[in-house]
Amino acid sequence: MYLGQVLGTVVATRKAKNMDGLRLMLVQPLTEQRTPKGNVVVAVDAVNAGPGDLVHLVSSREASLACPNTFVPVDAAICGIVDALDVEAP
Amino acid sequence: MTLCRVKGTVVSTVKHPTYKGLKLYVVQPVDENGKPVDSSFLAVDQVQSGVGDLVLVVTEGNSARQIFKQKILPIRSVIVGVVDAVDYHASTVLEAR
Repeated sequence: MYLGQVLGTVVATRKAKNMDGLRLMLVQPLTEQRTPKGNVVVAVDAVNAGPGDLVHLVSSREASLACPNTFVPVDAAICGIVDALDVEAP
Repeated sequence: MTLCRVKGTVVSTVKHPTYKGLKLYVVQPVDENGKPVDSSFLAVDQVQSGVGDLVLVVTEGNSARQIFKQKILPIRSVIVGVVDAVDYHASTVLEAR
């Protein structure tokens, strides 16, 4: 589970059958100091996050458990919009 | 499980229903000497740990599902213990019985 910033949306009309109806968002994973970490990922949005939102995500099998139909080929899902992130200085 | 230091808290009201009522922390894995290793990640607290605590974090979904006794649970990392002491014998290499 990690932090990320929503950059935008991804639209794919031709995709795996049971992925219909899932909202795909482009997300940049962040460190706890909000600096970019690694490559952007495409995550399913389970909480109506908008572009620019600071969100927290879950990866691997548990991402598909965040979707209505839990048998989907998905490995990243947005599980919450972060209101406050309070971290000690490094 | 992983030895981690709790570094901060994440507050989010708009979230997946299974996260309701759970505290979400930023945790930083540390090595046996307490030095940070790897990058920090998020974990759900189940043992009332606080910021600055040394904690035990399980990072595997199946264990999280067993802890929460729920099949549909998009949670992977759970804080399962607050560490009081780590007794580390650097010198013992291999002890013949």
